[in-house]
Amino acid sequence: MGLTETLRFALRGVTANKLRSALTMLGILIGVAAVILLVAVGNGSAKAISDRIEALGTNTLTVTSTSRGSGGLTLAAADALTDPVLAPDIVSVSPIASTATTITYAGTDYDINQFVGTQASWFTAANSPVRTGAAFTAEDDRQGRRVVVIGQTVAEELFAGEDPVGKQVTVGGALFTVTGVLAEKSSTGFQDANDTAVAPLNAVREVLTGYGPLGSILVAAADPSRVDAVESQISTVLDQRLPAATPGTAAYRIQNAAQLLETQTQTAATFTTLLGAVAAISLLVGGIGITNIMLVTVTERTREIGIRKALGARRRTVLTQFLTEATLLSVIGGALGVAAALIGARFSIVGVQPVIVPSSIALALGVSVAIGLFFGGLPAARAARLRPIDALRYE
Amino acid sequence: MTALGTHGRPVLDVRALTKVYGEGEAVVRALRGITLTVDTGDYVAIMGSSGSGKSTLMNILGCLDSPSDGHYLLDGVDVSRLSDRQLALVRNRLIGFVFQAFNLIPRTTALANVELPLAYAGVRPAQRRRRAMAALELVGLADRADHQPNQLSGGQQQRVAVARALVTEPALVLADEPTGNLDSRSTDDILTVFDQLNAAGRTIILITHEPEVGARARRLIRLFDGQVRSDTRQDTPAGPGLPGRHSAVPRSGGWA
Repeated sequence: MGLTETLRFALRGVTANKLRSALTMLGILIGVAAVILLVAVGNGSAKAISDRIEALGTNTLTVTSTSRGSGGLTLAAADALTDPVLAPDIVSVSPIASTATTITYAGTDYDINQFVGTQASWFTAANSPVRTGAAFTAEDDRQGRRVVVIGQTVAEELFAGEDPVGKQVTVGGALFTVTGVLAEKSSTGFQDANDTAVAPLNAVREVLTGYGPLGSILVAAADPSRVDAVESQISTVLDQRLPAATPGTAAYRIQNAAQLLETQTQTAATFTTLLGAVAAISLLVGGIGITNIMLVTVTERTREIGIRKALGARRRTVLTQFLTEATLLSVIGGALGVAAALIGARFSIVGVQPVIVPSSIALALGVSVAIGLFFGGLPAARAARLRPIDALRYE
Repeated sequence: MTALGTHGRPVLDVRALTKVYGEGEAVVRALRGITLTVDTGDYVAIMGSSGSGKSTLMNILGCLDSPSDGHYLLDGVDVSRLSDRQLALVRNRLIGFVFQAFNLIPRTTALANVELPLAYAGVRPAQRRRRAMAALELVGLADRADHQPNQLSGGQQQRVAVARALVTEPALVLADEPTGNLDSRSTDDILTVFDQLNAAGRTIILITHEPEVGARARRLIRLFDGQVRSDTRQDTPAGPGLPGRHSAVPRSGGWA
């Protein structure tokens, strides 16, 4: 029998029970769409992370403490970095203490993710300019004034339709005056970069975090090419100030944007693999659905198989017919799944704009064809092996 | 048992055929040594009560089942030595099988049903269609070619099945109680088709337990307990359908 003949027979088999075929295809559709879409989401968030880190600037370094509790980064250590002799390539140093807290305005509470306490130099170093109003000044910090610059999301949540500048909000039982709103930033993965507020370090330590160790220190180098030099200069200064708790280890860690990018990308890749694996499981379940339905089909059509064999159908002909039928189910389901994924990728999912990986389409389609052949194989082989008399007698 | 016919070499030669089902206590001997030859162009009716082994014999003759012992030569070829693939070829080319339960493929038009054996034989679509239409015309159902089985009466379905059995021009047409599920009028239609086929030179073997059906064959074999009890030649086949017996091709719609 020719190819068109086989396809026609298979198509007739598939359309004979439309609802059942449609549901079986749905299983494959969901599996394929999930693989493509979730990989695209993982890929999209990795892309967003790298975009953001590149936007942060390649001339900054972040110093974090390796030890929890006592002996972390101190303000004195941060101040020591501002040293034109030992560290000539450092332009600015911004100590950071941040915490999650609740911010209240006119009876409205808002849980803020990152309430950052830092110094005035942070706005330039972190590449976070103020859009409306003004940033706080070094003087504000020295005086411990309670002023705050809020992110876009916070402004929208607390001041719907109002101009936040000049308003007073309550944070940790103290009143802070809003002096400005940050320019909007592109978001990274699941974390909203605009869900933030920045206040002078002294005020934040007094009201919220206390005078313990700093969370991190953001250091800006004079030039991206001087980043390596700055790194060694930081080490020179901090090694004196922050002796390691145990010999051979450092009490702090310095990361520059490139390293940050690398670790973040690795995390994103792990994340993508995980998502893909979960989606692959749903594809497998869809495949088992095909086996199930083909087994039912073969059982249901045992008599028909008997008739066909009595009319001279060869074993291979029967095998081909049922295999083609199963493959048709999976291929149509797979193609619809690709279409669904392409449509779904136009929308942002949990804050991430999915970026389709072309190879994932080829992979998902290939796997769906393989599933049709593999999972349809068992029922098809069973059908082909039937002796005509047994098939005909089957009730 | 020697060949009674004078129509040339035997198309079917069965020697000491036995068939045993089950094992031990539950053993059933369906056939206990059947020996029988049928010549080309003969018209044989096999009769017997239920349990006499006639259906078992028919399934073996149709290569749907295999005997436990004995030889079955079809057109001079020992069927037991054939591979699965060759058996499919034999069923396709040499045998046309008509079932009691019609056994048309559901949701498939009469024409497509008749075309099926040709499709398995690898005949090209255009030629297939032409031959299938000719076969349907022969059984008087050319005007029902596009109907699906559930749109046809029992008699019409069986005529489609007969058309399907003869479309490959097989050496042997086997019919297992072809009229068992039909009323007398449809029975007559089918038997008329068989008469005409036989007149055109086809070898026909049918199973029946209706004496008036058996009476139209040229040779009547009676089975009892898996053995041949009698084998008689009937010179003047009885029955009302004789006028059509020697006409070559019936007019379509003549018996609808």
